[in-house]
Amino acid sequence: MSLLEIKNLHARINDTDILHGIDLTIGRGEVHAIMGPNGSGKSTLSYVLSGRDGYEVTGGDILLDGKSVLEMEADERGRAGMFLAFQYPVELPGVGGMAFLRAAVNARLREAGKDEVDQLEFVKMVRAEAKGLGIKDDMLKRPVNVGFSGGEKKRYEILQMALLKPSLAILDETDSGLDVDALKIVSEGVNLLRSAERGMLVITHYQRLLNHIVPDQVHILAGGRIVKSGDKTLALEVEENGYAGLGDAA
Amino acid sequence: MVATVETIEAVEQATGAYKYGFVTDIETEKAPRGLSEDVIRFISAKKLEPEWMLDWRLKAYRYWLKMTPPDWAKLNVPPIDYDDIYYYAAPKSAEAPKSLDEVDPELLRTYEKLGIPLNEQKMLAGVAVDAVFDSVSVATTFREELAKAGVIFCPISEAIREYPDLVRKYMGSVVPVSDNYFSALNSAVFTDGSFVYIPDGVRCPMELSTYFRINEKNTGQFERTLIIAEDSSYVSYLEGCTAPQRDENQLHAAVVELVAQADAEIKYSTVQNWYPGDETGKGGIYNFVTKRGACRGDRSKISWTQVETGSAITWKYPSCVLKGKDSVGEFYSVAVTNGAQQADTGTKMIHLGEGSRSTIISKGISAGRSNNTYRGLVEMNKAAENSRNFTQCDSLLVGDTCGAHTVPYMVSRNPSAKIEHEATTSRISEDQLFYCLQRGLDEEEAVSLIVNGFCKEVMKELPMEFAVEAQKLIGISLEGSVG
Repeated sequence: MSLLEIKNLHARINDTDILHGIDLTIGRGEVHAIMGPNGSGKSTLSYVLSGRDGYEVTGGDILLDGKSVLEMEADERGRAGMFLAFQYPVELPGVGGMAFLRAAVNARLREAGKDEVDQLEFVKMVRAEAKGLGIKDDMLKRPVNVGFSGGEKKRYEILQMALLKPSLAILDETDSGLDVDALKIVSEGVNLLRSAERGMLVITHYQRLLNHIVPDQVHILAGGRIVKSGDKTLALEVEENGYAGLGDAA
Repeated sequence: MVATVETIEAVEQATGAYKYGFVTDIETEKAPRGLSEDVIRFISAKKLEPEWMLDWRLKAYRYWLKMTPPDWAKLNVPPIDYDDIYYYAAPKSAEAPKSLDEVDPELLRTYEKLGIPLNEQKMLAGVAVDAVFDSVSVATTFREELAKAGVIFCPISEAIREYPDLVRKYMGSVVPVSDNYFSALNSAVFTDGSFVYIPDGVRCPMELSTYFRINEKNTGQFERTLIIAEDSSYVSYLEGCTAPQRDENQLHAAVVELVAQADAEIKYSTVQNWYPGDETGKGGIYNFVTKRGACRGDRSKISWTQVETGSAITWKYPSCVLKGKDSVGEFYSVAVTNGAQQADTGTKMIHLGEGSRSTIISKGISAGRSNNTYRGLVEMNKAAENSRNFTQCDSLLVGDTCGAHTVPYMVSRNPSAKIEHEATTSRISEDQLFYCLQRGLDEEEAVSLIVNGFCKEVMKELPMEFAVEAQKLIGISLEGSVG
């Protein structure tokens, strides 16, 4: 059974149809990239998968571990193992980072019928993960994403991913707003999280991210459909020729 | 060891030893319904009060007769029939719940969430219980320890008999009997409350809490509290509890007076969670409270911290009169309204002394169809040379059917005084909510986290044990308000 199966998915927001029948299957241990021009429906796809309010599925299905998630709320999908690394991580003024991270980890543990994590143990756990991502203690003490630089926000997303250990990670334009050095740190963090148990969907506009996070498959999204799929060389093709000519809607 | 921890342990010991204590059912004489000079005489006689106290009450009553209820607050208060109220030892009405089965299920759910034991649930919900925890014994334990430090902490009715000079000197000196409609009513009919006296140079060895005070039943309606901190003394006082309390008495009109002499500091913290009524507000408490502190001495300090989540209607402005040179007044407030609740709350900082400083941090959270108003006065008088005030009022809206209002009044009669006011209004954004949900937090937990983040500056002013409970409480108060 595949980890994620998207079947003929149609979705709309505010009465505007955005996704016009997407089929995509991701197996455990696989990394798939979705590339596409602006307005092709990339972010919409990430929100529809994660169950954001206002994104209405009008046809098709999304199966996680063979089970439809369409009736599940966003938080249930999160606890079921879906993780979205946000393109624009949201600031939560006054909400302490440690308290937030711990609440998220505990929500998952509760769901799994396990004991909540002890505070001291948790701090150790976070520090260990944070170190590899170059996140300093000071940043962990600040409110969630408040006053973080673009690069810090993205590293913080990866930290959350490392702590929550999702079965499916969706990375929405994680490379946007990153300079070369930050891109390297974030990519290394992501690569460390690649595992035989985990699937990843990497959404990006540019090929450069895929030099660092090398995908097993690349899909081109245009006009709300996947117009072409291939191996990592497809990304290079796009880099050379642009999106033009890759599909009727592109 | 922290004083509060000791306090809790001592209670546990005492409750363990006294767990078989039963309240004997003593038949009390009851004053008739309604208010008259005779009823006031009856109350005073019942309390074995001296003549001067009765005269004081009667004076207040005569003022009250000539006064009218305040109508300037942004509140919709249904008319109150003052002749339909029991002012002394109200008998249990037929409407009082006979078992928990008759209590609002929402209320019971909240008790469960807060982890309140069944017997205590019954007490809070106003259900008659056979065996209640004997508070007299506990209080006695504490009073011994306090007595060693020279601190007096007792029911005000006892203070009137035992320490008449102190009571006579200070009661009504901060909130005069004729101050306002509700304070005049309270002055005429108050049945009990707390009295605290901290002598010169004494730092009170524990946090004082009403929970440990010997209290008669049914005295919550017209409470009267007086706290006096002599030179260079310190006291921290906690009022209320996080559990929503039901009360048959719909009208609550308390008066609290604080007096801080030179270099003294009083920290007064409140968690108010009276029953807000059902979703239409029916059965909820009207909480019309007058709280005022006088910083009489130089460098004295009074700090009010309040977390207001309960009551159907709240009318409350804990204030400071900053008379002493370099005296300090602080007001930290979180007011949460949901459902049909209405709150008009804030503070008054009256600067009289040179170099006096005040800080106001108010966080209002409105949800449901509620209305939440911050109303505050900062007044710099002629002698308030180089005085300063900083005010920050933040409102957070949850949903789109509630109201948040900020009404600041500023008066400056001294050109060297500085007043700063900052105000913001915001909403819990869908972005913030989705971010939390995606991480696996359910909606209630997400809202609670975001709102507690919003209130953080105030919550950190609360004593530790109170703060943890209050955080939980804020989350619970906002349940079902999103989505």
